[in-house]
Amino acid sequence: MSEQTKNFWAGVRAEIPLLIGVFPFGMIYGALALNAGLSKPAAQMMSSMVFAGSAQFITTQLVRESAPGFVIVLTIAVVNLRHMLYSASLAPYLASISTRWKILLSYLLTDEAYAPSIVNYEKEGVTPFNHWFLFGAGLALWTIWQMSTALGIFLGAAIPESWSLDFALPLTFIAMVVPVLKNRPAIAAALSAGVVALVAYSLPYKLGLIVAALVGIAVGTLLERKGDSHF
Amino acid sequence: MNIWLVMLFGGLLTFGMRFSLIYLFGRFEVPETMRKALHYVPPAVLSAIIFPELFLRDEVLSLSFENTRLLAGLVAVLVAWFSKNTLVTILAGMLALFLLQIFAGMSP
Repeated sequence: MSEQTKNFWAGVRAEIPLLIGVFPFGMIYGALALNAGLSKPAAQMMSSMVFAGSAQFITTQLVRESAPGFVIVLTIAVVNLRHMLYSASLAPYLASISTRWKILLSYLLTDEAYAPSIVNYEKEGVTPFNHWFLFGAGLALWTIWQMSTALGIFLGAAIPESWSLDFALPLTFIAMVVPVLKNRPAIAAALSAGVVALVAYSLPYKLGLIVAALVGIAVGTLLERKGDSHF
Repeated sequence: MNIWLVMLFGGLLTFGMRFSLIYLFGRFEVPETMRKALHYVPPAVLSAIIFPELFLRDEVLSLSFENTRLLAGLVAVLVAWFSKNTLVTILAGMLALFLLQIFAGMSP
C-alpha cells in the first residue's frame, strides 16, 4: 500500500467514531430545515455549500424567524470564525502541498475533520503525504453528512406538524451550549448575551441577535482578561 | 430573502476562513485577543438564540408555569448538564414539552 492510501485510510478510520455521532445530527438537521420552510433542494444543498453543522442549524432557525439575508450571512461568519484557528493550527503541516490541494482540504475542514487530523499531525510531525489523512477524514465526514441530511429530509417530510418539531432546534442549541459553560467568563458571556437578546428582541432585521452575541463575546473576553477564569 | 444567495455567501465566507491561514502560512498570525474572544462565540451566539425561544411568547416575556417551552427548556439544561449527550438532551426536552402540553391541556 502506498503512503497516500495508507494515510487516507488512517484518516477514514480515525473519523469513524465521530461519524456515529454525526449521523443522527445530520438527520435532525435535514428534518428541521424542511420543517422551517426550506425547500428540499435548498436543505440538501446547504450541507454541501456551507458544510458546517452548527451554522446550518442556526441558519435554519433564522430562516424560521424570517431574518433578513445579511443578518444570516453575518451570523454564519461569526459562528464559523473559529475555523480560522483550525486553519492556523493545520497550516504548518500543509505548507508544502499545492494550492489546489489547499483549496480542497480547506473546503473539507470542519470541527470533526480537524480534531483527529491535528492529533495525528502532532504525533507524526510533518511527513510527505500527511495531507491524505485530512483528506480521508474530511471526505468520510462529507459523505456521511450528505447521506444523513438526505435521510433526514426524507423522514422529516413524514413527521406530523403536531409534534412541535421546531422545539428540537433550541434543544439542540441547549445541548451545544451547556458543555461549554465550564468557567465564569463563559457563563457570564452566555447570560449577558441571553438577557441582551431578550431586551433587544424587537430591534429591526433581527439585529438583536448580533448585538447580543457581540455583548456576550465582549463580556467573556473582558472577564477573562481580569483573570476571572477559575470557578 | 433569497436562501440560495445566503447559502452562497455563507458558504464562501466559511470557505474563506478555512482557507485563510493555510494559504497565508507564515505571513499572518491570529492576534491573541481574537484567539481569546473566539472561546466566547459559542456561549454568546447560542444563548442569544435560546433565550428568546424559551422566555418570549408572542414577543412578550412569559415567566409563568403556562410557558411550557421554558419549563421543558430548563429540563433540557439539567439533562445536558448531567448527560453531556446531545441526543439524550433533545429527546428529554421533546418528551418534557409533550408531557407538559398534555398536563397544561388538562388543567382548567
